Amino acid sequence: MEFINNHILSIIAFFPAVAAVGLLFVPGEQKKLLHRLGFVIAAIEFLFSLHLYFHFQDGSLSSFQYIENLPWISVWNVRYFMGIDGVSLLLILLTTVLTPLALLGSFNSVSERVKEFVIAMLVLETGMIGVFCALDLFLFYVFWEVMLIPMYLLIGVWGGKRKIYAALKFFIYTMAGSVLMLVAILYLYFQAGQTFSLLELYEFRLPPAAQLWVFSAFALAFAIKVPMVPFHTWLPDAHVEAPTAGSVILAGVLLKMGTYGFFRFAMPLFPDALATAQPYLVAVAVVGIVYGALVAMVQTDMKKLIAYSSVSHLGVVMLGLFALEPTAVMGGLYQSLNHGVSTGALFLLVGVIYERTHSRAIAEHGGLAKITPWYATVFLLVTFSSIGVPLTNGFVGEFLSLGGAFQTWRTAAIIGTTGVILSAVYMLWLVERVFFGKEKIPDGAHLSDLNWREVALFVPLLALIVWMGVYPKPFLGKMERPVADLMGQMGMEGIDQGQGTRDKGPKALGHWSLVTGHWSNK
Amino acid sequence: MINFPTQLISLIPALPLVGFLLNSAIALAWARRRKAGPEIIPSVIGCLFPIASFVLAVWAFLTLKGMEEGASLSSGPLLTWLDVPLVSVDFAFLIDPLSSVMMLVVTGVGSLIHIYSIGYMKKDDGFARYFSYLNLFLFFMLLLVMGDNLLVLFVGWEGVGLCSYLLIGFWFTDPQKAACGKKAFVVNRIGDFGFLIGLFLILYAFGLQGQADGDPLSRSFFSYSYLAANKEWLAPLATAITLCLFVGATGKSAQIPLYVWLPDAMAGPTPVSALIHAATMVTAGIYMVARLGFLFALAPFTLQVISCIGLATALMAALIGLTQFDIKKVLAYSTVSQLGYMFLALGVGAYSAAIFHLVTHAFFKACLFLGSGSVIHACHDQDIRNMGGLFKKMPVTATTFLVSTLAIAGIPPLAGFFSKDEILWNTFLYGSWPFYGVALFTAGITAFYMFRLFVTTFLGKTRHPHPDHLHESPWVMTIPLIILAVLAAVGGFLGVPEVLGGHNRFHHWLAAVMPPSVGHEGNPALELGLMGLSTFWALVISLISVALYRRNLNWPAVITERFRSVYNLVLEKFRVDELYDALIIRPIRVVSEKFLWKISDEKLFDGFLVHGWTDMAGFSARVLSRIQTGLVGHYLLYLWVALVALLIFTVK
Repeated sequence: MEFINNHILSIIAFFPAVAAVGLLFVPGEQKKLLHRLGFVIAAIEFLFSLHLYFHFQDGSLSSFQYIENLPWISVWNVRYFMGIDGVSLLLILLTTVLTPLALLGSFNSVSERVKEFVIAMLVLETGMIGVFCALDLFLFYVFWEVMLIPMYLLIGVWGGKRKIYAALKFFIYTMAGSVLMLVAILYLYFQAGQTFSLLELYEFRLPPAAQLWVFSAFALAFAIKVPMVPFHTWLPDAHVEAPTAGSVILAGVLLKMGTYGFFRFAMPLFPDALATAQPYLVAVAVVGIVYGALVAMVQTDMKKLIAYSSVSHLGVVMLGLFALEPTAVMGGLYQSLNHGVSTGALFLLVGVIYERTHSRAIAEHGGLAKITPWYATVFLLVTFSSIGVPLTNGFVGEFLSLGGAFQTWRTAAIIGTTGVILSAVYMLWLVERVFFGKEKIPDGAHLSDLNWREVALFVPLLALIVWMGVYPKPFLGKMERPVADLMGQMGMEGIDQGQGTRDKGPKALGHWSLVTGHWSNK
Repeated sequence: MINFPTQLISLIPALPLVGFLLNSAIALAWARRRKAGPEIIPSVIGCLFPIASFVLAVWAFLTLKGMEEGASLSSGPLLTWLDVPLVSVDFAFLIDPLSSVMMLVVTGVGSLIHIYSIGYMKKDDGFARYFSYLNLFLFFMLLLVMGDNLLVLFVGWEGVGLCSYLLIGFWFTDPQKAACGKKAFVVNRIGDFGFLIGLFLILYAFGLQGQADGDPLSRSFFSYSYLAANKEWLAPLATAITLCLFVGATGKSAQIPLYVWLPDAMAGPTPVSALIHAATMVTAGIYMVARLGFLFALAPFTLQVISCIGLATALMAALIGLTQFDIKKVLAYSTVSQLGYMFLALGVGAYSAAIFHLVTHAFFKACLFLGSGSVIHACHDQDIRNMGGLFKKMPVTATTFLVSTLAIAGIPPLAGFFSKDEILWNTFLYGSWPFYGVALFTAGITAFYMFRLFVTTFLGKTRHPHPDHLHESPWVMTIPLIILAVLAAVGGFLGVPEVLGGHNRFHHWLAAVMPPSVGHEGNPALELGLMGLSTFWALVISLISVALYRRNLNWPAVITERFRSVYNLVLEKFRVDELYDALIIRPIRVVSEKFLWKISDEKLFDGFLVHGWTDMAGFSARVLSRIQTGLVGHYLLYLWVALVALLIFTVK
């Protein structure tokens, strides 16, 4: 028990990969069994991750918990340094919720090379969780790259018609960003006295001019991953070609790597650079909101529409983060979880209909609400979450990130809030064309509604949508401490006295009570 | 009487929510097996829960009435919703004089319309789904009026919009109806955008004050009591805040420039039009302004804007109402017009008059819509040119319709007379002659088009192709009609003005929560005189209208012929939809598709930037690979060139 408690992060990070090794010994023809085993493994992984949730100390004195810190490559002072704060915790939970659902959703759609598919998914899960746990930059980079390969395979092997093109584009695009980041990491390592430890690097400050260069390299890698306009064009291609499970994980978790990267690394490590770049970053985020929404509006392919809507939603996330106002940052992080749940669900939903009609063209569908009422109901509910109707998760995220950003960046927040209108336009128009009116699919009357496996797929996601919309406290509460830490990191030098943020954000630290774990509230 | 226990407050909105959950379970089960079950189950569930809410609301009202002035019932915080550095918001409910009035209207009229729907929606495939949506609507509407803070109001605000979307597009297999639902939601969202900015501004105002006080982290609250207590903090930004919130109201309450969705909302089932698009949801904007009266009172400019917009909407919609032939469209424009009246009242500072008109309007307009539903139910047609002579066929519908028509026309002593006259009188006191004149003129147009509607539908010879099929509606539909007609007849006695020997009890009931009217004390003789004038005016216009349409004098035709172009402009609703389409919708779509997607995204970002890099890599690879010819001679040449170059650069 003691061992488990001390190594819980390692167990959670590596369980899927180790289990995947076990799957090697299952014969490849046993497709059903492989699917089921994959799902069971991912489900067990989810149960493990609940341990993290329930034993997480909200009022803990240290920022990071469940720490494991062992020497790894001593020559270069690389350490196996794992630990999580509230934000990583929530992202890990998002990963462990979505992975089993993605596997469950692939029971029918993946029938070739099932074994390899399940293994790729599980290795991917290890990579993702590793990224969220790593507190050593080298270790982080390793996980970051590990994650890339299974995703590349998922798109390239189980994808659609232009899968090779899309997979290669995804890989090279991400790689191009990552390589620069590696250079930046190494530069930082030598400047800071040969350490990769994030906690030590937090204490270290590069001179502002150097910060700008290193920050740019990190920011590029993460901006590609988010993706922020204009680095987003790999996303529509990857989503359209990826299998359903790939799209779910890609949108649900992989994009969050970008936001997480900004939150964990790029922003707190280089506050001066951030102060300089902040106006531009805010502008890019806002452009992303409007641009993504407008382009989403005119799409003809369901998956592409949702892909561009992701660009828009992630714009809201980044606006919240870059606004550097505590509430906005919390809202942005919350919105990134929401996006994982809602957009993950949307991609699963598109997968469901694609299995039946073998088409994702909006124009070829119509009147589905009559033929498949349950499916239509679920789709509509998820749509409401996606467009941020109150009492769904989407509203909480949008309200906090835009409302918070309004306090420091008024014009940007106002422009960003138009996304509220535009999202209603493109999503409801999609719903109208696919579900209402006359049926267009030939022989459409024989389409089957959701089966019970598919119902089981959506029930947890719908429950999350409502829970996170009505009672967000357990989630927001986990973010208070990490956000205060970030603001503290910002406030130590640079921004507060500097030119960037205008009012109250960075002063948060002074009012943070370590005793109660809450902001003082006079 | 036992006092209403505050623990039960949350039951009032929760009961319809339970109804919604049960009925949607039934609806989903029916849809799954593709066969509707017995309609009695969803009917009972759908009606019982709203009626239970109504009973509780009455109880709460009576309790409140027995308490001292200014008292209220509060649920206290039920659940902390948002708890972040900037703001803290609880789910909490408040019953004060204002919300109790709204609750009675919402649950009372709501219950009647639920009962009516049992008859109207009979044999519809989506019977259970219909009742689940309707219950959900009541839940959100009750959140809206009962919430003790602005954010819970906003939850209800968006929620009722959502239900409106679902119910307008209820018959979704008709693509046109589905499109109308979407239009309603999107236009409302434009308003909600303004509302959101207003909320952000409130936070900002508190933030500024906190900084001034040296406490930049002071947390804001949206509860009305907190806002009212700290309104001087909001004062510097009051105009901006209230203007933004009013943008929200123009969306929800269908005012210029965002009224365009309401006429299209008539695509929904008629009881929905009665409940959502006449009696309750569309009055949310009026409720919101009245609720935040203390804040709007700080922004005289906003109040001026509100009165102008209200008056302009009232006039314009009434003019359009003159020309329409669809029975529901006439009523829809009439609703827009009457809402304009209410905003006019708010703008001139007569808050309680606005709410009074809201209540009487809920009675007579719900009755009119349900009456039109009864007619449509019989005729299967909405064009009044194909009706006529229905009085004999459907006496109950016709009589109740007549009562409500008299009420909306402002004929004493029916409800509309008192509430409308209070608005006119307050407009007069406000001191603006043009305003009073236009408002009085609009009242005349209202009387005119309503009697035009009544006469063409119910009197004269029937023009229906199958007159034998026409029949009165079943009792489940007529009883709500009768109750509403009675309310439309006597509802005005709630607020009999003092010059007529009354005490204006309605006004006094709200006085505790409303800012006092801005108007000056008027002269009772003058008040009586103007009352006489407006009554005379309404009567004359009504009689003219009846005479014209009853006797088939052809001068409406002559006039429309003489002023063809003007008439067509009005008939086509001033072509506002076309204007929006040409100026806003089409350009955005074309730019998004042709420029942003095809050029910027595909050619510039993906083509030039991304593929530019890879093409360059490919190009340089091809160029360099040319060098690798495989001929030893070439390699010797490179060697020689390199050697020479080396010598030149190194040996100086």
